Amino acid sequence: MSEVAISIRQLTMAYGDNVIQRDLSFEVQRGDIFVIMGGSGCGKSTLLRHLIGLQAPKAGSVCYGEEDFWAATEAGQDALKRRFGVLFQAGALWSSLTLAENVALPLEEFTALPAAAIREIVSTKLALVGLAGFEHYYPSEISGGMKKRAGLARAMALNPEILFFDEPSAGLDPLSSRRLDELILELRDSLGATVVLVTHELPSIFAVANNSVFLDADSKTMIASGDPKHLAAHGPEAVRNFLSRGESS
Amino acid sequence: MSPSPTSPHATFERQDTLLQVRLSGAWNWSDAAPGMPEEPLWAGLSGVRLTADSLSESDGALLAWLISFSRAASARGLALDTTGLPEGTQRLLALALAVPPRTDHPTDTAPGFFASLGLIALHLWADLPRALRFTGEITQSFARLLIGKARFRRRDLLWLIEANGPRALPISSLISFLVGTILAYMGAVQLAQFGAQIYIADLVAIGMVREIGALMTGVILAGRTGAAYAAQIGTMQVNEEIDAYRTLGLSPIDYLVLPRLIALVLMVPLLTLYAGVVGIGAGMLIATTVFGVGIREYLNETVLALSWAHILIGMFKGTVYGALVAFAGCWRGMECGRSAQAVGEATTSAVVTSILLITVSASVLTIIFQRLGW
Ligand SMILES: Nc1ncnc2c1ncn2[C@@H]1O[C@H](COP(=O)(O)OP(=O)(O)O)[C@@H](O)[C@H]1O
Ligand SMILES: [Mg+2]
Repeated sequence: MSEVAISIRQLTMAYGDNVIQRDLSFEVQRGDIFVIMGGSGCGKSTLLRHLIGLQAPKAGSVCYGEEDFWAATEAGQDALKRRFGVLFQAGALWSSLTLAENVALPLEEFTALPAAAIREIVSTKLALVGLAGFEHYYPSEISGGMKKRAGLARAMALNPEILFFDEPSAGLDPLSSRRLDELILELRDSLGATVVLVTHELPSIFAVANNSVFLDADSKTMIASGDPKHLAAHGPEAVRNFLSRGESS
Repeated sequence: MSPSPTSPHATFERQDTLLQVRLSGAWNWSDAAPGMPEEPLWAGLSGVRLTADSLSESDGALLAWLISFSRAASARGLALDTTGLPEGTQRLLALALAVPPRTDHPTDTAPGFFASLGLIALHLWADLPRALRFTGEITQSFARLLIGKARFRRRDLLWLIEANGPRALPISSLISFLVGTILAYMGAVQLAQFGAQIYIADLVAIGMVREIGALMTGVILAGRTGAAYAAQIGTMQVNEEIDAYRTLGLSPIDYLVLPRLIALVLMVPLLTLYAGVVGIGAGMLIATTVFGVGIREYLNETVLALSWAHILIGMFKGTVYGALVAFAGCWRGMECGRSAQAVGEATTSAVVTSILLITVSASVLTIIFQRLGW
């Protein structure tokens, strides 16, 4: 059932004249759990910002199905954005709203559901990430890991086709991090979602990912792509080194 | 002149094409480190060997010297033999040299005085298109509000109204009272020479209600609300809250800028009016207690002096200043970078921009009303 969800073609990303990565070309298949790997500062978050429509490429394209995101009209881009959910590095919860209101806002904006149904959905989503009973807390009243989980609940609010995660398990304890991995697999299997994540956690890379791209900071381009388990054995040396810490542990 | 045995010391000695570097002494930041070898000494070398002899180090000075020495050596393509150094030093040096320094980092050189002046002028000029674009976005957002498509929480609006209206009253009272007092005194000293103290009432009433109440309110709001808006929105930028709106295809202007603008535009006419009333009160206090004007007389004269035109013009000016403050605060917040330092800069910049805009618009409005003869 190999169907392309996202295709990245000849993407070059830059801040002003400072090129971060160039000539990235890869495809994310539907149902993939796709990891963006690389040393810190190599441009993983920047790549994610290009995929979710926050930063326009210097050259190249990002296509969802057949539709070129950056060539689309504003309305076209908004329609594409409805199809994905994003979990930011620190949760990015709206600080003037409670957790329940944070999760409810996308539902109120984009569905015609009655208030009672929305309340049900919000409770369910919060329960899924282990935050049942925290509906009325404000983001400033919960810990960093909880903010992340609440951010995930918000990202899942509209049952998106594609979920993007920036370092979801950074700052989580090992158990929560494990639960998150299970949740990611569950989301893919039960909702048929495609997941694109940036992560450094080797155990979660091997536990969940079936496809990946490896960005290199020195050569400023991708040096490998494919199943991380395959790359760990047969990839270029830099990638094998990166991945070998997880194999031995 | 031989160095004292405890100061850091390096001797460079050529043996054929090998450079022998002998390090000795106690290395401290407080003592000047030895210089690098002279250029001729490097010529035609094939290797460098470092040895140590009664060497001690406490605070990293030796390591720092070794790092710059090895950079100098590797720039000339020479390999370093460090096996003659203490074990710990070798390991630290290897660690420090493991990752080559970045060469493509952005250059950051401070411009001189005139260059800075030029840069400020260029910045202001370069700001203009972005300010216009932001104005355009706000206008679109207003249009969405009018057709009922833009949505923000009523609770947010009420909170903003409370924070920027009633809570500004104490500081507004203080400043208006002070200004009213000064105005009354300055006027009275002149008017009393002609026995015309009663006209203090006219001076204070028209001055406060038409001009100064609005101006003071604008300046207070620039420091209070403009700064707060920039800091709030700037922090949301840092927390990626604004990105979170954008990735949902929601406009952060609708949710964040619109309620702030509306809150201030609703509150500022009232604050202006309030400032005028407090100023008149202060003027009356001075006139009656110091210059012997009767309370009734003073009030009568005030009522005679004030026309609706003065009151409305004052409120109009205040509203313009308030809108400019809200604009500057939100704009600088939305343009904020992604660090704590950037939030500080946005806040400062919001206050400076607000005061600049108030000054310019005050001049323009005064001239316009003068010409219109209102
Ligand atoms: N807003 C920005 N402006 C300029 N340069 C940036 C900005 N954000 C990140 N960078 C640069 O882009 C590079 C990649 O950053 P990022 O994508 O955050 O890395 P990663 O997520 O892989 O750690 C870094 O070298 C960083 O210095
Ligand atoms: Mg990152």
